[in-house]
Amino acid sequence: MNFSRSMVLVSSDPESVRRGADEIYALFEKEIAARDMEGEISISRLTDTGRPDAAPIVVIYPEAVVYGPVNAENVKEIVEEHLYKGRVAEHLLAPTRELSGRIGWLKTRKGTLPAEKRIVLRRAGRIDPENIEEYIAEDGYQALAKALTGMKATEVIDVLKESGLQGRGGAGFPTGLKWSFVAGTQSEKKYVVCNADESEPGTFKDRVILEGDPLAIIEAMTIAGYAVGADEGFVYVRGEYKLAQNRLENAVKQAREYGLLGKNIMDTAFSFDIHIHSGAGAYICGEETALLESIEGKRGEPRSRPPYPTTEGLWGKPTLVNNVETLANVPPILLNGGQWYRQFGTPSSPGTKVYTILGNVNFTGLIEVPMGITLREVVNIYGQGMKDGATFKLAQTGGSSGSVIPASLQDTPMDFESFRKAGVSLGSGALLICDENTCVVDLALVLQKFFKFESCGKCTPCRVGTGRIHEILTGIVEGRGTLKDMENLDYLVDSLTRISNCGLGQTASVPINDVLKYFRPELEAHIKLGVCPCGVCPMSAPVKEPAAVA
Amino acid sequence: MPVVKSLDDLKRIREEALQKRQIKTSPGHTQIVVGMGTPGIAAGARETIKAILDYIENNKLENIVVRQTGNIGRDSYEPIVQVIVGDAETVTYGKVTPEAASEIMEKHVKGGSVVRAYIIPA
Repeated sequence: MNFSRSMVLVSSDPESVRRGADEIYALFEKEIAARDMEGEISISRLTDTGRPDAAPIVVIYPEAVVYGPVNAENVKEIVEEHLYKGRVAEHLLAPTRELSGRIGWLKTRKGTLPAEKRIVLRRAGRIDPENIEEYIAEDGYQALAKALTGMKATEVIDVLKESGLQGRGGAGFPTGLKWSFVAGTQSEKKYVVCNADESEPGTFKDRVILEGDPLAIIEAMTIAGYAVGADEGFVYVRGEYKLAQNRLENAVKQAREYGLLGKNIMDTAFSFDIHIHSGAGAYICGEETALLESIEGKRGEPRSRPPYPTTEGLWGKPTLVNNVETLANVPPILLNGGQWYRQFGTPSSPGTKVYTILGNVNFTGLIEVPMGITLREVVNIYGQGMKDGATFKLAQTGGSSGSVIPASLQDTPMDFESFRKAGVSLGSGALLICDENTCVVDLALVLQKFFKFESCGKCTPCRVGTGRIHEILTGIVEGRGTLKDMENLDYLVDSLTRISNCGLGQTASVPINDVLKYFRPELEAHIKLGVCPCGVCPMSAPVKEPAAVA
Repeated sequence: MPVVKSLDDLKRIREEALQKRQIKTSPGHTQIVVGMGTPGIAAGARETIKAILDYIENNKLENIVVRQTGNIGRDSYEPIVQVIVGDAETVTYGKVTPEAASEIMEKHVKGGSVVRAYIIPA
């Protein structure tokens, strides 16, 4: 992706299009091309501006200037004055006194261009993932060399602590702290495990890293081994990721040939080797203790905690378990220093985050942006607006177990701290964007079906709870819902969250909880009125008992 | 096989690799990089790379390196092909079907003019 000096956003909601937004868009392209500024300025469309009075709107970053209503004659002037000479064309600005809260977000980001910043993905999609030479040519193994030849293990951990890196698997635990726990535990044998069992539906950020830049993970794990005092590592890769497994195995083989894995790496006393372990398709094995059980060859069921894996992990030895994206952040941090990393993102959540965008948007794929970007920016700038000009209704962050975020929260900066305050979780970085035609009850049902299927059955709240929630929701979408169901859902959600054994049960309730919290009227419409407002749910399945009307 | 025993070994390998790359990006050489991550392959990158190789063979083109890479992150536009002619800037094409690949080979690699219709919008 090119880094643009400026970004022009032209509104494309139906009202703007009626007033000639498409023509304006084309004119911008023409005028910018006429001045040879194509490489410096990018043009995108913007939906859902909340300003029909000033449509069509043109927004220019990084100044966050809002022009409107813009007509075809103004385009030339805006390009010449603003983009070419750098002066704001004051008389064309949108009337500020009517500035609605919905584009208030533009002001909060004043002066910063929400550009992509690739740290983790800097090599993916550019280098040949099956050739170690290409990796070394692009700063590969520089971080390991720096650590092995000039840093003590504690210094490596200090740099990580200074950087403020948080686990990218979803929970956001400070990585440096986790490393220091393992390093501080006395044991002859320790392990480093990379959790690449990315089974959260809709998340594929780890796959991109593993397929595009596998050696980054191998290098990061070797560094981790040095820092915590481990000599053996496992990469637990999801069973479906055959290509990623092949590339990882190839990477390990090449690293061994080059002496970058094995005994006495770079002529130091440090030895480290890595095994690739394939999962077999169970969602639960993404949970770290179930994953460890699976590596040990047992049934993938979570362990009771404490003890945590940092003290008693794989075969009872202290084990460091990190997510792929977390590890991929380690070499650049070590190479450039903790302070360097802190310049990206927000003070409480430094760095960048990889998001996968999917759903009803024009562009699907993945982006790596600084922490703290808002959902609205993701949808409008990177997602290039909603498909067919529809309205944004909700987004689910982090796959099935992620929060359901209503449109009212779309201006919350996406970082661990802000999301925690807003009562939602950031999760693993999948962003499922849904438009107005999505029925939340139907969405919840699909998610619950998944959890019911994937619950390992070890603990009762999860085994029974996920099944019961699924039953109740099925009843509601088939038109058999009663108001008692709402109470039961509240109760089940509470029990699941509080007494489940592991993350699966505890987070299975998250989307349902959010639906109950933000979309209660829609749920009630299903029950009281017997209609699905979006026309998605069948509502008329064979009636076993008359629907109770309160 | 070079074994990395010290910082200098690593530096040497790095410089050698960079030199190899230098040759690839010198005038008269062309690199064609096909995105072969899961989304690329699912969208038909294997057929695309085959069409490119066939074209090179049928037209007896020389000094072209065709290689693969991972997913670049723009899944809506897969299969993605990057073309680097000499030291010119990388041109990234999206939705490259085998037919589109032949057209790009004909016009861009052989003819030297970028095929605007397939370029991924920034």
